[in-house]
Amino acid sequence: METKTRIILICSGKGGVGKTTLTANLGISLARQGVRTAVLDADFGLRNLDLLLGLENRIVYTAQEVLEESCRLDQALVKHKQEPNLSLLPAGNPRMLDWLKPDDMQRIVSMLTDKFDYVLIDCPAGVEDGFKNAVSASKEAIVVTNPEVSAVRDADRVIGLLNTHGIKPIQLVLNRVRPRMMASQEMLSIEDVTDILALPLLGIVLEDEQVIVSTNRGEPLTLTGSKSPAARCYSNIAKRMQGEEIPLIDPSKEGSGIRDKFRRLMQTKIF
Amino acid sequence: MTLRDIINKLLGRQESSASTARERLQLVLAHDRSDLSPELLDQMRKEILEVVAKYVEIDLEEGAVSLETEDRMTALVANLPIKRSLSGAIQVKEPVKESSD
Repeated sequence: METKTRIILICSGKGGVGKTTLTANLGISLARQGVRTAVLDADFGLRNLDLLLGLENRIVYTAQEVLEESCRLDQALVKHKQEPNLSLLPAGNPRMLDWLKPDDMQRIVSMLTDKFDYVLIDCPAGVEDGFKNAVSASKEAIVVTNPEVSAVRDADRVIGLLNTHGIKPIQLVLNRVRPRMMASQEMLSIEDVTDILALPLLGIVLEDEQVIVSTNRGEPLTLTGSKSPAARCYSNIAKRMQGEEIPLIDPSKEGSGIRDKFRRLMQTKIF
Repeated sequence: MTLRDIINKLLGRQESSASTARERLQLVLAHDRSDLSPELLDQMRKEILEVVAKYVEIDLEEGAVSLETEDRMTALVANLPIKRSLSGAIQVKEPVKESSD
């Protein structure tokens, strides 16, 4: 059945590049724009989405009970208090990995498509069974990477697999961009990464200490209406997903001191 | 090449690490995508050179076979400078002198 629900896998290959933080912030941002959004934690082994959203104490049932039909879907969904348009379907017990199949994942997602406009699936790291289950239930993908060799290499591997699964479109989010390091050419540039991975860029996220502060509190940056660099980036990405044309933040324009200006001069392409 | 790269070169300093990262990535991804190890690639290079050497004289030291990628397409690129064809006189890489008439 053809539905208008967008089912988007958020994946990276490598762990620790910011998949879960992106999922949480996009979920909140989209909900704030008034679209019904579900975030599904597909990382059954090492779940964390509940923690980043501050919902860890409100979980009663999980995807496991839904699949076993020992509870209804709406009993397992945890609605966010401040953003009622956002619901979390928590990951089940890690032991589920022993029996979970792509069919099960597809069943969960198809239940969600009746109720939501967006389903964001927080994919586990790696390219093994957990990844394959999550891909099988997805239609589109956002690949998250960092401007680092290992993250880019793993992203490339994942993009290859997404292509073979017929996932389309696949878009890129470049996370943890450090403008100063990019300006002094001690970090891969945005262009380097998009050239190498050959994906359309959905957005960049600037490195931001506030991300850690917000995860400490279990309140995603986009929830508090923060104006911090990463918060602006996340909400821009969510707006682009909704079809708004928002220009990319230019990291080389971040910082206006004399040192930043000098770095920019040194970056001038001669040939 | 950027202004910084040129200054680094003039001062004999290491190139910026971003360029190194880019080059290393391009190489490793070409191998990842084609699933060819450096050993296999070297074996293939030798065999290609043997075949080509049946027809033309080539410099076995100069011949290079590499993988290049662009836009997720990987190409096998062989660069084999020819000395002359085995049948005789043609010297491909010899500069031709212009005669004035």
